[in-house]
Amino acid sequence: MATYLEFIQQNEEQDGVRFSWNVWPSSRLEATRMVVPLACLLTPLKERPDLPPVQYEPVLCSRPTCKAVLNPLCQVDYRTKLWACNFCFQRNQFPPAYGGISEVNQPAELMPQFSTIEYMIQRGAQSPLIFLYVVDTCLEEDDLQALKESLQMSLSLLPPDALVGLITFGRMVQVHELSCEGISKSYVFRGTKDLTAKQIQDMLGLTKPAMPMQQARPAQPQEHPFVSSRFLQPVHKIDMNLTDLLGELQRDPWPVTQGKRPLRSTGVALSIAVGLLEGTFPNTGARIMLFTGGPPTQGPGMVVGDELKIPIRSWHDIEKDNARFMKKATKHYEMLASRTAANGHCIDIYACALDQTGLLEMKCCANLTGGYMVMGDSFNTSLFKQTFQRIFTKDFNGDFRMAFGATLDVKTSRELKIAGAIGPCVSLNVKGPCVSENELGVGGTSQWKICGLDPTSTLGIYFEVVNQHNAPIPQGGRGAIQFVTHYQHSSTQRRIRVTTIARNWADAQTQLRHIEAAFDQEAAAVLMARLGVFRAESEEGPDVLRWLDRQLIRLCQKFGQYNKEDSASFRLSDSFSLYPQFMFHLRRSPFLQVFNNSPDESSYYRHHFARQDLTQSLIMIQPILYSYSFHGPPEPVLLDSSSILADRILLMDTFFQIVIYLGETIAQWRKAGYQDMPEYENFKHLLQAPLDDAQEILQARFPMPRYINTEHGGSQARFLLSKVNPSQTHNNLYAWGQETGAPILTDDVSLQVFMDHLKKLAVSSAC
Amino acid sequence: MNVNQSIPPVPPFGQPQPVYPGYHQSSYSGQSGSTAPAIPYGAYNGPVPGYQQTLPQGISRAPPSSGAPPASTAQAACGQVAYGQFGQGDVQNGPSSTVQMQRLPGSQPFGSPLAPVGSQPAVLQPYGPPPTSAQVTAQLAGMQISGAVAPAPPSSGLGYGPPTSLASASGSFPNSGLYGSYPQGQASPVSQAQGHPRIQTPQRSAPSQASSFTPPASGGPRLPSMTGPLLPGQGFGGPSVSQPNHVSSPPPQALPPGTQITGPLGPPPPMHSPQQPGYQPQQNGSFGSTRGPQPNYGSPYPAAPTFGSQPGPPQPLPPKRLDPDAIPSPQLNELPPQQKTRHRIDPDAIPSPIQVIEDDRNNRGTEPFVTGVRGQVPPLVTTNFLVKDQGNASPRYIRCTSYNIPCTSDMAKQAQVPLAAVIKPLARLPPDEASPYVVDHGESGPLRCNRCKAYMCPFMQFIEGGRRFQCCFCSCINDVPPQYFQHLDHTGKRVDAYDRPELSLGSYEFLATVDYCKNNKFPSPPAFIFMIDVSYNAIRTGLVRLLCEELKSLLDFLPREGGAEESAIRVGFVTYNKVLHFYNVKSSLAQPQMMVVSDVADMFVPLLDGFLVNVNESRAVITSLLDQIPEMFADTRETETVFVPVIQAGMEALKAAECAGKLFLFHTSLPIAEAPGKLKNRDDRKLINTDKEKTLFQPQTGAYQTLAKECVAQGCCIDLFLFPNQYVDVATLSVVPQLTGGSVYKYACFQVENDQERFLSDLRRDVQKVVGFDAVMRVRTSTGIRAVDFFGAFYMSNTTDVELAGLDGDKTVTVEFKHDDRLNEESGALLQCALLYTSCAGQRRLRIHNLALNCCTQLADLYRNCETDTLINYMAKFAYRGVLNSPVKAVRDTLITQCAQILACYRKNCASPSSAGQLILPECMKLLPVYLNCVLKSDVLQPGAEVTTDDRAYVRQLVTSMDVAETNVFFYPRLLPLTKSPIESTTEPPAVRASEERLSNGDMYLLENGLNLFLWVGASVQQGVVQSLFSVSSFSQITSGLSVLPVLDNPLSKKVRGLIDSLRAQRSRYMKLIVVKQEDKLEMLFKHFLVEDKSLSGGASYVDFLCHMHKEIRQLLS
Repeated sequence: MATYLEFIQQNEEQDGVRFSWNVWPSSRLEATRMVVPLACLLTPLKERPDLPPVQYEPVLCSRPTCKAVLNPLCQVDYRTKLWACNFCFQRNQFPPAYGGISEVNQPAELMPQFSTIEYMIQRGAQSPLIFLYVVDTCLEEDDLQALKESLQMSLSLLPPDALVGLITFGRMVQVHELSCEGISKSYVFRGTKDLTAKQIQDMLGLTKPAMPMQQARPAQPQEHPFVSSRFLQPVHKIDMNLTDLLGELQRDPWPVTQGKRPLRSTGVALSIAVGLLEGTFPNTGARIMLFTGGPPTQGPGMVVGDELKIPIRSWHDIEKDNARFMKKATKHYEMLASRTAANGHCIDIYACALDQTGLLEMKCCANLTGGYMVMGDSFNTSLFKQTFQRIFTKDFNGDFRMAFGATLDVKTSRELKIAGAIGPCVSLNVKGPCVSENELGVGGTSQWKICGLDPTSTLGIYFEVVNQHNAPIPQGGRGAIQFVTHYQHSSTQRRIRVTTIARNWADAQTQLRHIEAAFDQEAAAVLMARLGVFRAESEEGPDVLRWLDRQLIRLCQKFGQYNKEDSASFRLSDSFSLYPQFMFHLRRSPFLQVFNNSPDESSYYRHHFARQDLTQSLIMIQPILYSYSFHGPPEPVLLDSSSILADRILLMDTFFQIVIYLGETIAQWRKAGYQDMPEYENFKHLLQAPLDDAQEILQARFPMPRYINTEHGGSQARFLLSKVNPSQTHNNLYAWGQETGAPILTDDVSLQVFMDHLKKLAVSSAC
Repeated sequence: MNVNQSIPPVPPFGQPQPVYPGYHQSSYSGQSGSTAPAIPYGAYNGPVPGYQQTLPQGISRAPPSSGAPPASTAQAACGQVAYGQFGQGDVQNGPSSTVQMQRLPGSQPFGSPLAPVGSQPAVLQPYGPPPTSAQVTAQLAGMQISGAVAPAPPSSGLGYGPPTSLASASGSFPNSGLYGSYPQGQASPVSQAQGHPRIQTPQRSAPSQASSFTPPASGGPRLPSMTGPLLPGQGFGGPSVSQPNHVSSPPPQALPPGTQITGPLGPPPPMHSPQQPGYQPQQNGSFGSTRGPQPNYGSPYPAAPTFGSQPGPPQPLPPKRLDPDAIPSPQLNELPPQQKTRHRIDPDAIPSPIQVIEDDRNNRGTEPFVTGVRGQVPPLVTTNFLVKDQGNASPRYIRCTSYNIPCTSDMAKQAQVPLAAVIKPLARLPPDEASPYVVDHGESGPLRCNRCKAYMCPFMQFIEGGRRFQCCFCSCINDVPPQYFQHLDHTGKRVDAYDRPELSLGSYEFLATVDYCKNNKFPSPPAFIFMIDVSYNAIRTGLVRLLCEELKSLLDFLPREGGAEESAIRVGFVTYNKVLHFYNVKSSLAQPQMMVVSDVADMFVPLLDGFLVNVNESRAVITSLLDQIPEMFADTRETETVFVPVIQAGMEALKAAECAGKLFLFHTSLPIAEAPGKLKNRDDRKLINTDKEKTLFQPQTGAYQTLAKECVAQGCCIDLFLFPNQYVDVATLSVVPQLTGGSVYKYACFQVENDQERFLSDLRRDVQKVVGFDAVMRVRTSTGIRAVDFFGAFYMSNTTDVELAGLDGDKTVTVEFKHDDRLNEESGALLQCALLYTSCAGQRRLRIHNLALNCCTQLADLYRNCETDTLINYMAKFAYRGVLNSPVKAVRDTLITQCAQILACYRKNCASPSSAGQLILPECMKLLPVYLNCVLKSDVLQPGAEVTTDDRAYVRQLVTSMDVAETNVFFYPRLLPLTKSPIESTTEPPAVRASEERLSNGDMYLLENGLNLFLWVGASVQQGVVQSLFSVSSFSQITSGLSVLPVLDNPLSKKVRGLIDSLRAQRSRYMKLIVVKQEDKLEMLFKHFLVEDKSLSGGASYVDFLCHMHKEIRQLLS
């Protein structure tokens, strides 16, 4: 463990955890002075091919308020078969099964390399996975066709015993019964009327009195009434039926007059989907997959009226408080989302349309339930098709990369308290001694529910050091945190993954260097960004930026090396050196800047930012730029306008987009057709190289990025130009002389200017 | 019974008649026994012939009678007195008998004269004719009472004097008296004269009674009354014709006229009078103390029943009669006894519907009815006749209560005759009459008056050489558009008049332009939606399976227009229990799609495309659907149903498809599921005869009306088929069909085995019949009268436009007119009924019917041109609507009062002066009492114990849109003897009167009223007949309640089955056959339809009612 870098990396690989600080300040006061809070990015289900789950259940601390899981940090008295909880110091007897343990015969959970361990729980009924398709039929013909094909294809990807259901909607909402022979049957609901779960269940005949138990199965001990089987059927039984049904799906037949939007009852459709599952399979892993091709235009949750002349709300409208339906719609979807979350189901939103589709209002459905949000231009694009297909990819064990109904339980040693979490989760409102009163993100609890998650789902979890300055921690003491994640594996087993980590305490007054060196600026940047984005959801954009700036300045003041009032003397140590740059790009990112983005896009970006792991998040904050040239192998280059050179090919990955940009000369060459000439085969290879690399990224990423192949002067070059640091603009083009690169037509400040200001402010004693 | 009763007396007199001595019976007896008797009655029975012959003689007769008169007067007086006494018909009988005694002598003398009379019969006839002319007909004059006038006697004698005459008559015309009660009486006299002294005897008996009554001397007056009417009758040339009609009743009249004419005639009247007295007595009786207790009728009726039993009563009577001998004074004392006997009135002597119908058939059935003449009274609805449209609408389209309208409202008020027209705009025509021509006036649309908007019609007057025309309704002068210009000929008629239907015909159609369409868009073809209840009950009874199976083939027979190859009508399917299932049967689908809508509180249509489809294009899918529906719900446990949401759904579907259409709703139970329009079981028999009874007819909630309004706005018509096992609240459920111009069919306790035929037949007819949609009807009239009230199945949002979501060839609208100004005798009164509708091919059209009526300043003209059947149609509808708002009792009283007023007005203003004791009926209205009585005792107005609330509501709404022919047979059922006529005869046997008396236990009868069909089998029917019809060896083996006759290959079986089929073909609904055996339990049901008898529920017998009516009239007159 030579460097902190390696340490951090190793920790991430083993536990899926990255802390902003890897050495913790030992008092509350000092911790607050560190500016960046003590926090971590946790990827609960990080893939660990080397970690097969153990086939027994965890041993818990017997103190009712603690219930921490036995872990390698616990003190164990092999002689008396006792172990001390490292969180509450309760001494516990090992269960009888552990009778044989000794120093040489330890169970896995006591071995240090098993700081993360997964238990498999055998008891309890296994319920199949449930996939409920909620399909918009107000689509263009080819869009609908493409969507139908995607859905039909997906049937073949589902495990045969998974239950599927189909709800279609347009002006009306149809819940299709899948078990019918000879006639296809569906229940239809008006798209304008909000119904309670009870009403929905009544109308679907799911309530007991309406449908007396079938004789066939007089007394099913099973919890879920089998009446629901009319709407949710095992794939293997009805895939032919369903394939036909999907094949016969027609566009919403109601006439749409000129100048109108089709009437789309997304709000009711979702409500019915939620109600259906709520009534039949509560607390069972289930995905509601909403496919929509436009904004909800009627009923509860409508986002815009059907008059085309009234455009859907923009950020401008929202700022002017001019979005009539937004609040009501948001409220509707929030209500649905929280119900869904309470039932342990998750909602995916696949929105494909050229215009906005109301993601802003609906975002909570995906955000709170851990569902996916995918935004595209059309269902007939590979972006959607492949993204959708990717949902059903399998891991090395042949299991889906998805898990359901997880609860994340966080336990801390007593010097720490939990301030909150940011990610695709909802609070379970479990108060406890380790819950802080100060909230960061979703706080006030030590447990969260994550209804849907995959191996990359990552939460930011924020802590607060509560140890008082005058109560020093004994030398060598370590703070510990345990993350316990209960979840339903895609193989339908219940599993528990336990990660226990510990970090050293350090007195910030005496050991600031240690702390400084243990700063993980990448994690810190992402964690701060999450905080910023979290704030941006509820606060005005400029306020958030100001807050971020202040935090950055304070951080620089705290950890910079400088002479007062001398900005030229300002230096930051290596472990902080990149941090300001991250902040610079973060400020320009679509997560905080809404300019040029629709509210839907902003919601979409923020959604992904709040759930991706550190690497992806960093790419989102500061896109990666590779340069391809005849001068050498491809190399990463500065995300700067100066990198845009005529004889280069650039490949930019912003997570959401992959942009291949041909420099001016290259573009001319290609136009001249040199790549087709045998003697210029090397040029052909050069052109091909970024394509191959891009393909590699495209293959791996979820959701699939927008793939943009452009060249100097191309209209799509804007994707590149808007991201790079505008070191050369029309303002300073001449001042910077003959330097190569492309000027960016913007008034945005460049990184240089930003840094200058930062230094000036950091060294000033004014703040 | 009278007969029987009379019998005893008879002996004393003449045995021949003995049997009937009573009264008419004499005539009866005559009939039965010898021809002679026939004559008396002949009036009724064979009146016609009688008349002819009589005419000449009549005169001669008169004289003889005249002789008698004095006596009669005396009697009359008695009669009056008797009144009270008479009330007890029996009493009368009694008295009569006594009288007879007295009279005997007299009668005998007559007898002798009569003998000569042989000729008399002829005489009668002569009278007959006059009476007919008199229209007077009703001479029931029994009531001489008031008539006391001495002079009258003679005349009265003729007329009805009989009663009065009774006393007196006894002397001279006792016989006549007997019969006299009715015109027939007169006839009878003849007969009597002829040689029925015996008859006379009976009469005398009557007289005796009369005597008791007669004292009042009213007898005399009566005579005059008789004459009065007669005279007018004579006046009319028409009478001759009418006479025949009258004949039945007229005969007596005839006499009267004669009487009137000459003093001598007077005498004959006495004859009548005696008869009359007979009536009177009864009446009197009824009025008298007797009635007091019971409803007026009450008493009489009770008696009536006895009628049936005849035997019993008669016997008692005799004794009474004996007593009566004491006669003169005894009256008062005897009253009670009299009451008992009062029935003595001879049923044959009172106007017989059968006779009237037969006469009209014979007289008017042969010639086509040419509509060219203004104010012509068409033949009766029961007559088959051909119509030639020459400028007025065929009576198949419009019938009026009167074809001569009083010029002033004062007159109209005086007469109390409702002025109403029964309009059936889309009536089906017999194959040999052409349906209305379609006229296309091009883009400018039909030519109309600028002011009143009346459509061009034959009555428009072209002036100024054809450049302008004057509106015949409002007199506005309009320019003739250039493209319509045509020169006039020397008579001022357009030369192209005969080329243009709108200038020469009473009925024609215009093609409507887009201005006449909803939203200014030509309509799309209409749609039919079948909405099938699939709750447990519907499945269990096999209804759903049956229906689905039938629909598969029925869909090929949707109504088409003209020569269209396939129907333009699209179809859709919905099933429901407490949720609704819509079906997508788009032709491109491999299998039907079912869409369930559970949100019944807020109904909507879940699909657009594929719900309404062309049958041929989607046949495969539809067939597959109809195959599956019974399977899908085979195991259903759902018993609850909804109703309002179902209709709402259908309506919304039509709205979404932007078309009009019809919903066929097949429903089984009270809709108790939680939904709009949810109903409670509120059936409560305790409410009957209380002020709250009307609530049983009112809808439970307003939701149904609201819904109906919406349906009408959309042109959505609902036909409702009900299959209830118990109370379903027809009153509420039928609101929507009713207001949308739809029909309701009800099959209580439906079982596939029993009711399949009936249901399928109704369904087929209902689906196939031609319908107009989204219709608006407006009736325009000449200035002076105005349409003020409308009855039928429709909705009105303002006071002039009748809105009909759907209108078929069976639906009738009755319109009442009132004066708002003077009418002009010269120009008459015009009606124009314009119906704007969408044809079943989706074409928008206007159908115009024009009718010109005469106007009169003399009430007599009004009474001469009335149509009783139409009047009854109006009155029934009026009453049936009345029960929604008033207690049933009040409604009944209103009817009786109105009827009495009408008749009293006639008596006062048109009939020549006569004894007040005589009942004088206008010839055209002589059946009014019998028919009105039928209305009064119908289930709605006087429910029997076995009649359910649903039945009443059902009938109530059925009648609302019935046409005249339907109401006619509905209220007075046809009773056809089966074995009387030779097997070879292909025509329908002549009907007999609906009374148990007319049934012979050795015969079988068919009874039909348009809804029910009974085959009554007498207990002593020949075994051979039983064998050949039922294929069983004896009467006792016939299954009671059998509904299908076995198909046997013998002439009788073929004939009966053929007859049944032809009866069914005549009616718009299939009549299920019920075989009833004499003395069987089911017979009660059957007897309910013998409307001339007293009913179990307290309805009066014809005779009793007539007496009551007479009393009312007298009260009005005094």
